Amino acid sequence: MGKLAFDEMYLASGAIREHYRQYQGWLAQQPQPMMQARREEAEMIFRRVGITFAVYGAKDEEGAGTERLIPFDLIPRIIPAHEWQILQAGLAQRVTALNRFIHDVYHGQDILRAGVVPADQVLRNTQFRPEMVGVDVPGGIYSHISGIDIVRASGADGQGEYFVLEDNLRVPSGVSYMIEDRKMMMRLFPELFSQNRVAPVAHYPDLLLETLRAMAPSGQSEPTVVVLTPGMYNSAYFEHAFLAQQMGVELVEGQDLFFENDRIFMRTTRGPKRVDVIYRRVDDDFLDPLVFRPDSSLGCAGLLGAYRAGHVAICNAIGTGVADDKSIYPYVPTMIEFYLGEKPVLSNVPTYQCRLPEDLAYTLAHLEDLVVKEVHGAGGYGMLVGPAASAAEIEAFRKVLQAHPAGYIAQPTLSLSTCPTYVDSGIAPRHIDLRPFVLSGRQLQMVPGGLTRVALKEGSLVVNSSQGGGTKDTWILESEPSV
Amino acid sequence: MLSRTADHLFWMSRYTERAENTARMLDVNYQTSLLPQSAALAQAGWWGMLSISELKTAYQARFGDALNSRLVMDFMVRDEGNPSSIISCLRAARENARAVRGSLTTEVWETQILSFLELVRMLSQDALERDPATFFEWVKYRSHLSRGVTSGTMLQDEAFNFLRMGTFLERADNTARLIDVKFHALGSDFHGQTQEQELDFYHWSAVLRSVSAFEVYRKVYRDVIKPERVAELLILRSDMPRSLHGCLREVIANLDSVTLDPASQSRRRAGKLRADLQFARIDEILATGLHAFLTQFLDRINEIGAHVSREFLVPA
Repeated sequence: MGKLAFDEMYLASGAIREHYRQYQGWLAQQPQPMMQARREEAEMIFRRVGITFAVYGAKDEEGAGTERLIPFDLIPRIIPAHEWQILQAGLAQRVTALNRFIHDVYHGQDILRAGVVPADQVLRNTQFRPEMVGVDVPGGIYSHISGIDIVRASGADGQGEYFVLEDNLRVPSGVSYMIEDRKMMMRLFPELFSQNRVAPVAHYPDLLLETLRAMAPSGQSEPTVVVLTPGMYNSAYFEHAFLAQQMGVELVEGQDLFFENDRIFMRTTRGPKRVDVIYRRVDDDFLDPLVFRPDSSLGCAGLLGAYRAGHVAICNAIGTGVADDKSIYPYVPTMIEFYLGEKPVLSNVPTYQCRLPEDLAYTLAHLEDLVVKEVHGAGGYGMLVGPAASAAEIEAFRKVLQAHPAGYIAQPTLSLSTCPTYVDSGIAPRHIDLRPFVLSGRQLQMVPGGLTRVALKEGSLVVNSSQGGGTKDTWILESEPSV
Repeated sequence: MLSRTADHLFWMSRYTERAENTARMLDVNYQTSLLPQSAALAQAGWWGMLSISELKTAYQARFGDALNSRLVMDFMVRDEGNPSSIISCLRAARENARAVRGSLTTEVWETQILSFLELVRMLSQDALERDPATFFEWVKYRSHLSRGVTSGTMLQDEAFNFLRMGTFLERADNTARLIDVKFHALGSDFHGQTQEQELDFYHWSAVLRSVSAFEVYRKVYRDVIKPERVAELLILRSDMPRSLHGCLREVIANLDSVTLDPASQSRRRAGKLRADLQFARIDEILATGLHAFLTQFLDRINEIGAHVSREFLVPA
């Protein structure tokens, strides 16, 4: 990597960036034992409230098996308002284009006929759902909740530039941590919020509910919205329960639902109750055993029938995976130009598509410098981070890649920006990313900021919680702090 | 509300109640085993407890015929292979709570998960070995807290009704078993023999204490401790919160809140059982045989539980 990463708090000269000045002044005055006590307090509260995520196959100290805390870091990631405005415009533009794209590939397929995206990449994609062809969904919106992963890397001029690393349009998670992290910061350090004008995020569940209700089949003035979870052993179960509770809607499992008369009902203590909108946190494959995986008990037999008949809304729609696949990612900037006639506000990370002979050759020749990812992978599994890998790991990966090049893309190893973070030895820079959440309903909305994830291991670029990442509160400073 | 949610709430409170009653049962046996009596009698007490909890086979599979306070208490408190052990019950209560945490207030939820975390910590620090009585007291108080937080913070809607129903159905079952084991295990020759009168007193006062009814007994009867009055108090007094009649009264009050259906089988059966208790007399019950009465009671309570399940919790 060599090149010094862009630091969110400090200039290369060691001076403090303007938007961190107020905070840093405060931090410098805090006695370390107090901060240590606050860290412990935060952990205790998170554990008590049960803000945990499940790790498949892992055992925790209680032997209960599956829960782990996502480490929470006390130092916030601060983004000045003028930068957020650019991010916001770029995110809105990108999500709008992606929704247009999904609608298009399941209808006229203009973009394929225009040759902008190779038809094969879409139609032979495992995430393409032929069942959705010709199906009209409310408002033509497919991705109602989008989590767009943003990273920042130092540009040639030493300025940090934001890049979109990944679009998550299926069941993006993490928003509950965004909300809980803020709640924790306000509980631990209320004075910071009177000193700094931090844009609030706690109204996210309200916006989400509004978005979901707007998708109800017509004629339902008081639609019944539910959150569909795979159950308590899912890694994001806490979030499913949290969102259902915050929105005041039922948290259902597949076994609670049944299909009758082209409609979906849930079993209640007072008999069947009609369901209008399903915020599903279950993957497409498991939604309806009659259409997708027949062995799935996580969904509801007949769901797709009710959906296609327009009697129930599913959010996100079925088939969105065709647009957030890493093999489609390289085409998003041209997609934006194609549908909106605009220049993309946010750039992609340069990407080599290993299915192309030229790109494959380049990738194979530069494995030690590149990050290679599975096209369908997620969660930081099945990837190679060249600069961090041993020679043996690189050679093993080379064989895998050569055997199935179309399954991979490669990107230069970006030196993700860093943010000061509490570690065992004190405060040290650690790499971070950002996942803002974009809601598309009657209108497009987002709360300022998103979830900042931090790679706690020194030098690590992998921020996924399943790989030892933590989170930070993310502040959008509404205006420069008063000095 | 969702049937599955109601089911989890029902079982959450059942398991919490079961943990409490297991602690009560262990406590009374432990206290009794400290009395100067024959080792055989103490052994009989432990076997009686295991068999009335339907755990004798499981215990023997594990330990054979070896039996002492330490082994039984370990089995009933910390053995995760025993689904009725306190740790298994509190874990199950927590798992059920976790499945419906959105339907619980933050305080109810935190009470459930803290109970389990604290239990694990206490067991790892040998709290049971050091002071069994204090440990059992702690389990009881966590259950008190759980009920108190529930009635102190939960909206009194169906969720609350199913929680309460779980508590009282479980308690009715557990109290019936406790009475059965204490009357039955002693054998008929025990009761009434004057030379055993002192032991008799300790035995029955321990039983009363195990359901927090010693002072209640004195207040109600102003009499020396007599087994038939103990039975009457624990079976027929409707104002006694742990008696069979008292439990049925609560089950019915909560059933009435969730269903207005006159054809409800749960309601009909519960009402019938309550009427039987209401108009029963203890001398008649003892004359026809307490054990037979309690066995039948347990069957009927189980049936009511099964009907509640079918009607509300796990509809076909």
